[in-house]
Amino acid sequence: MTIKKISKIQPETFEFSKDNLLEVEKEVKKYPKEKKASAVIALLYLVQKQNDNWIPLAAIKYVAKLLGLPYIQIYEVCTFYSMFNLSPVGKYFVQVCTTTPCMISGAKKIVEICKKNISKNQNELSENKLCSWTEVECLGACVNAPMMQINQDYFEDLNENKTKEIIQTLLEDKMPTPGSAKNRKNTAPETGKTTLLEEKNA
Amino acid sequence: MLKDEDRIFKNLYNDFGWDMDSAVNRGDWSQTKDIISKGREWIIKEIKDSELRGRGGAGFPTGLKLSFAPKQLGSRPHYLVINADESEPGTCKDRDILRFEPQKLIEGCLLASYAISAHACYIYIRGEYIREGQIIQKAIDQAYEKNFLGKNACGTGWDLDIYLHYGAGAYICGEETALLESLEGKKGLPRLKPPFPALVGLYGCPTIVNNVETIAVFPTILKRGAKWFASLGKPKNTGTKIFCISGNVNNPCNVEEEMGIPLKDLIEKHAGGVVGGWNNLQAVIPGGSSMPLLSKSICETITMDFDSLIKAKSGLGTAGVIVINKDQDIIKCIARIAKFYKHESCGQCTPCREGCGWMWRMLERMADGEANYKEIDLLYDVTKQIEGHTICAFGEGAAWPVQGLLRHFRKEIEKRSHEEPLIKKKSNIPYLVDQHLMEKDSA
Repeated sequence: MTIKKISKIQPETFEFSKDNLLEVEKEVKKYPKEKKASAVIALLYLVQKQNDNWIPLAAIKYVAKLLGLPYIQIYEVCTFYSMFNLSPVGKYFVQVCTTTPCMISGAKKIVEICKKNISKNQNELSENKLCSWTEVECLGACVNAPMMQINQDYFEDLNENKTKEIIQTLLEDKMPTPGSAKNRKNTAPETGKTTLLEEKNA
Repeated sequence: MLKDEDRIFKNLYNDFGWDMDSAVNRGDWSQTKDIISKGREWIIKEIKDSELRGRGGAGFPTGLKLSFAPKQLGSRPHYLVINADESEPGTCKDRDILRFEPQKLIEGCLLASYAISAHACYIYIRGEYIREGQIIQKAIDQAYEKNFLGKNACGTGWDLDIYLHYGAGAYICGEETALLESLEGKKGLPRLKPPFPALVGLYGCPTIVNNVETIAVFPTILKRGAKWFASLGKPKNTGTKIFCISGNVNNPCNVEEEMGIPLKDLIEKHAGGVVGGWNNLQAVIPGGSSMPLLSKSICETITMDFDSLIKAKSGLGTAGVIVINKDQDIIKCIARIAKFYKHESCGQCTPCREGCGWMWRMLERMADGEANYKEIDLLYDVTKQIEGHTICAFGEGAAWPVQGLLRHFRKEIEKRSHEEPLIKKKSNIPYLVDQHLMEKDSA
């Protein structure tokens, strides 16, 4: 359980754009007619997409009205799940995995680099307001440890130099190329496959 | 070692592309109609005969689980739910299936849905797997284009719709009833069982929840026969399994191997050996973070299957092998796992909500050498009070790794702990302090 800080500066209103309203329709259609509540998480993602990756309180009210649910039911979903940000984050949101497999592969160094190059504490914006970082729990790419997620993409097999490079690129308002820093193929062993040697796609 | 022809996931490293044409070339969606024409009972019997056990951690016999669904479709619809909320530290096998072998999963969904009379199937994928979700959505769309899904799916006369549902970063949603709650748009709090989801599940309807890997091996088992699958591995621990080997090894990797492969082979042959050589091995966590660790002496001979690992007082879990060598501080490693559980506890049951924080703080003190002897037994007592006293298995998952540490590395903790003072002062152990006051950084 983590404490979620709710932003003190809140916009007064929130409304979905036309495109997002179409998306809402698509999402709600996935579930049986009287079970609209199931679309809550999908709708909150749309809010984040439209609102620079965070959810204002006005949007929670808006989504509640849209689905015909009590405000508190949406609010508690927002605070329960760790991927919903209730206060602004950077345009480039860096999430560093620090759980045991990444920790023993050197995640601490990655965290140090973030502290030095982005901001002293997590969840703070960098000086040029572009970037913020946070420590997260296992992101499910343990074989490619240490790793971090920036917005939607995974950056794997990191080392100190590569991480510095990636963060420098971010601070210059550019998106680096995701994937393995060692150029290895997905989850195959770095020095070459030990299985599936004779397979051909036929 | 397993022959390449017996491996199920031929595109594990994406050598051939995940798109529909490549998947069909690899043999997906062949014979699907013939299999379904053999009927429900045949499918369930074949899965039972193959002795397939669930790949999500608990190792429950899959055929038996399928047979729990009501035989006849009543007034309530049946649902199939795929658990793709892979968040167990050390595990990243489902990710590769989702992004590189999506058609195997989708074909498996059709076969399993037919077997349990479900017309709708939800794939619950963890929120962080955005790219993987996009791939699986494209794969579903491609399957619709080919009429492999939808009305009269694949010419079998069965209607099936598959929907993708994203989670939002909660480990607990990997527990099946919490997953259903989350799918209904609520907080992911596990439900009391019984009633089991097979009778009262999603929206109160009969629901079968299965792991990605379990469902993705269905097509191959049904095509090549239960006998083939049962001939691999050991009795009651049959077939193949994707192992994820991470941590202090030279070549961390995912690899599909036979069940019952010796752990040493797995590390030496596929993962390039322990960093610093086999003698530098300190401990191995064999099945994702919730399983107790194994000391080096056990690692020499242990085989990787459900029953042998249970005998060694651990478990296969999700087969996420975390290798820890002697350069690491083992107490810190387990303390970090305890912190993970503290962070992810849903907070519904008091022993787990409070106990996970206690365990983490005690372990941090032990790692820093601030604890005294008395606390070692106290820690064991705390784990025992969490285990078995919670609604879901999260309590066990949090307590077992700590118990494993105490079982194998008690001496290490004792070495760092100090004696109790001769004149007993009132010992002031700050575990009862409100959690949030303790965490300045992680608030």
